[in-house]
Amino acid sequence: MAHETYETHEYDIIVIGAGGSGLRAAVEASQVPGLKVAVITKSLLGKAHTVMAEGGVAASFGNLDAPDGWETHFYDTMRSGHFINNYRMAEIFAKEAPDRVLELESWGAVFDRTQEGRIMQRPFGAHSFRRLCHIGDHTGLELIRTMQYKAIHSGIDVFQEVTMTKLLVHNGRVAGAFGYFREDGRFVLFRARAVVLATGGWGKIFKVTSNSWESTGDGAALAFRAGANLMDMEMVQFHPTGMVWPPGVRGILVTEGVRGEGGLLYNSEGERFMQKYDPERMELSSRDVVARSIFKEAQAGRGTPHGGAWLDISHKGPEYVKAKLPGMYEQFLTLADLDITKERFEVAPTCHYTMGGLRVDPETCATNLPGLFAAGEVACGLHGANRLGGNSLSDLLVFGRRAGMGASEYVNGGDGFAPIDDSELQQEMDRVLEPFHREDGVNPYHVHERLQEIMTNHAGIMRSGPVLEEGLNKLLELKEEARNMGINGSRIYNPGWHAVFDVENMILLCEGIIRSALERKESRGAHWRTDFPDELPEWQKINFVESYDEGKIRIRTEPVNEMPENLAKLFTYGKAPGLAKQAGGKES
Amino acid sequence: MSDEFTLKVWRGDKSGGQEVEYHVPAETGMVVLDALHHIQHNQAPDLAVRWNCKAAHCGSCGAEVNGQPKLLCKTRMDDYAGETVSVRPMQTFPVIKDLVTDVSWNYQVAKEIPLLEPTSPAPFKMQQIDADRVQEFHRCIECFLCQDTCHVLRNHEGQQKYFGPRFMAKIAEFEMHPMDGEDRIPLLAHQAGLNMCNVTKCCTEVCPQHIRITDNAIIPLKERVADRYYDPIKILLRRLGGKKGEPGKANTPVAN
Amino acid sequence: MAQPLETTSAQKPKSSAKPKPYWVEPLITMVILGVWVLYSLWEVFFHNSGTYGNYISPYFSPGVGKWFGWHLLDGLYVAWVPFLFRFSCYYYRKEYYRGFFWDPPSCAAVDKPRPRYSGETKWPLAINNLHRYFWYLAFIVLVFLWKDAVQAFFFKNGFGVGIGSLLLLINAVLLTFYTFSCHAFRHMVGGRKDCFSCDGKPTTSYKLWNRVSSWNMFHGTWAWASLASVWAADLYIRLLSMGVIHDVRLF
Repeated sequence: MAHETYETHEYDIIVIGAGGSGLRAAVEASQVPGLKVAVITKSLLGKAHTVMAEGGVAASFGNLDAPDGWETHFYDTMRSGHFINNYRMAEIFAKEAPDRVLELESWGAVFDRTQEGRIMQRPFGAHSFRRLCHIGDHTGLELIRTMQYKAIHSGIDVFQEVTMTKLLVHNGRVAGAFGYFREDGRFVLFRARAVVLATGGWGKIFKVTSNSWESTGDGAALAFRAGANLMDMEMVQFHPTGMVWPPGVRGILVTEGVRGEGGLLYNSEGERFMQKYDPERMELSSRDVVARSIFKEAQAGRGTPHGGAWLDISHKGPEYVKAKLPGMYEQFLTLADLDITKERFEVAPTCHYTMGGLRVDPETCATNLPGLFAAGEVACGLHGANRLGGNSLSDLLVFGRRAGMGASEYVNGGDGFAPIDDSELQQEMDRVLEPFHREDGVNPYHVHERLQEIMTNHAGIMRSGPVLEEGLNKLLELKEEARNMGINGSRIYNPGWHAVFDVENMILLCEGIIRSALERKESRGAHWRTDFPDELPEWQKINFVESYDEGKIRIRTEPVNEMPENLAKLFTYGKAPGLAKQAGGKES
Repeated sequence: MSDEFTLKVWRGDKSGGQEVEYHVPAETGMVVLDALHHIQHNQAPDLAVRWNCKAAHCGSCGAEVNGQPKLLCKTRMDDYAGETVSVRPMQTFPVIKDLVTDVSWNYQVAKEIPLLEPTSPAPFKMQQIDADRVQEFHRCIECFLCQDTCHVLRNHEGQQKYFGPRFMAKIAEFEMHPMDGEDRIPLLAHQAGLNMCNVTKCCTEVCPQHIRITDNAIIPLKERVADRYYDPIKILLRRLGGKKGEPGKANTPVAN
Repeated sequence: MAQPLETTSAQKPKSSAKPKPYWVEPLITMVILGVWVLYSLWEVFFHNSGTYGNYISPYFSPGVGKWFGWHLLDGLYVAWVPFLFRFSCYYYRKEYYRGFFWDPPSCAAVDKPRPRYSGETKWPLAINNLHRYFWYLAFIVLVFLWKDAVQAFFFKNGFGVGIGSLLLLINAVLLTFYTFSCHAFRHMVGGRKDCFSCDGKPTTSYKLWNRVSSWNMFHGTWAWASLASVWAADLYIRLLSMGVIHDVRLF
């Protein structure tokens, strides 16, 4: 094999991933004078999965509902997470979210307004108050565009379309990352004193998913192999409303905003079936509940022609729908020939978010691997067993910033660059080029399709022990086969080649998901086991933490941190603190 | 509907290329990107096409379908029933491979545009009617189809002289923001090359987000530039008012 | 003929029809505008007056020449105003740049590089940046055209309605829409401001801007319609004065 070369860049901090949290982290780190910061992304800047967020960003301003406050937001978050969240993360999050949103506003984001000229907030599933600041139904686009322009004006270098294949570690400390440019396949080494991972989730492990192709869990897999711990991997969120028909659009997200703005769910018998499952919150119940309800209705033979439920917003009138949900209107019109201002439409659950991920410290977002930080969907702890709609966008901002701060503090207090082992890099380059030498190897796209099939059939919305076991066996077989993935063509922008590494990463994480799902012998939040249908109090006290050791996944339990008294008190009123305060206020 | 679609996809790289014909089984509601994925997964794994969300949110998959600049994920195959669908990369940007082009120029231009300079700290007091005007530009997904179709950039080697429609909308977004105190009119009149545009509206016609770039961004900006640089009476009044050489504040009407 | 795209709402593209070759649209524009310009030149340079009884052709109104006692080529003193107003109009600019200059020939075609293109940065095309001044002048002309339209209903023998009266009235109405849907006017009434409601309430300027904006969406429609009405009104009066036809009085 010819001797391969690579180019080298040195930065104090590299941020891998250019979604909301990555950009927010980079912006924060760049505020520290003298620090050289780079953002590395595997697609173009501003295209990250953050753009897909539609409904809004949750922050308890109380612009419309004055009793709202951080306590209530905290309460809602913990409750929807079924109490396996890290309480400290939820606390920081609820307290800091409003400031982060205002920051966005001063950087150019223009949210919808209230009559008084303040930021408009819309209701959303399982939020006690109207809380989601939004701009129509493209809030994620607004967030990433604002962050993108802020970032390029903050002296940050951006490397676009770079695939990272390895996280480098020296003496138990992060030394940088290695990968190649997609454009021409040339190798590149980033030496760094700290690395922030903001690579998002791995929703592409399912066939029906609202996630973009990028969500292949690269960062989580890279970090896991390098020694970082994963937690709560069994928790995968299914969004209740994805498009169903025609086949090509299956899984594309229908924003929760449709229900937030008054959309109603019906089964094939014309019944508002949410009445049965959550009479109090109805359509605006938490996502796990609504998704499961739609699934159950379809199972019971009350589904729509293509196995979902009807969602209807037409009663709100065309003007209103077009103003508040322009993207949805257009999406259905062009892709499904359907006018949502006049007709109801089919929806079904679609894989949406991965609550699990790298275990981090709530204050600094540091992982257990020194020098490695993580924020956003790749990190874990805030959302517990089920994420609230709108919490992900504020998560990106709050913990993106904290990761940026954490990394710059670490760099300022720490040592210089860790040394790089050239032979390790030579080995890595050989490994990365290997698929080109297996021209008759397995097609990576087909491996991906089979992986999706396994996950859908064995670890989807409804799980049980034996089915999971069977899935694990199939997955391990597929893993063996995947060692033989091969491609042809050149190194210039070769998607088949890129897919090889995506698939490898996903297979690793899927194994983690199934193993963790087998361990959690109860139903909690998004994790629904038909063989253990109840939520059991003793399981509320533990998280499952995974580590990677010589090619094997080890799994252990860690206790969920207990809330201090002042926070625990918030759960004693029998309702959300804001509502309790409101009721109390009225009485006095 | 026939059971099969025929596509001609441009394959090649910097050194050149040609159209290659593929056949793809038809499926209800299929978009061009679906067809390309089918080719990629089964016939040509190295077929290069940029895409992310496949839901017209990210703006990655701009290309030219039968000569028209389109988002591949939003262009239905059955719109071309019975025809051969030709897919080529955007012409205005240098090709990297197949349907992927080098759009890095756009990211350089983006750096030249000054950000919002708030006149007061957030939270802003702002009415929806003021938000409405700028929110239209916030819908932009940066697919760069407008940049692709813009003849100034495409035919007239205008990349040195004109930022292109995407960035006129971006400037308008800041410039018309009620809380903005920065003045981008000199930038528009000079480096950004606003008057290279001859308002022929191709950008508006191809915009997948239906932003009325020409009517709502470019023309209003042209009028603002005219206020400052072309209107003799306003220039005279400004001189008499002793504001010579001082850049006008964007928040105040220029002539007063 | 291309109309302004009503793009605020999504439209399902109709595409079963074969697309026309890219040069069809600019060619149509070129022919129509070309014929109109030739007709106008003939009208202005070969006629001294456009009056027939109480009808005054829009080409010859106001009668600036008569005010000063010049009796040669009366149309010449005023016809340049609407001509330059239309020449510098943002809508016509699109049409003639596409139709006559082929900048661009179409939104999709590949063209040879022409690095000498300078857009509207240099004279004479930079004059288009003074569209507002032609608007001011066109506004004055419009006042006279309304006067003419009213006058067209008062015949020697008193009030009446002829085809000519109606043509002049329709012409005045269409020109009013065309004039007040102008992009420069939209800027003047409110577009130049960044803030429509900084004191919490929509300002008058916002309301005006909003109204003009809604008309402005159809500026191209008004442009073509008023072009046709000017032409029709003038042709009618010309044919009357040439004795080719006789005015039809409705009552």
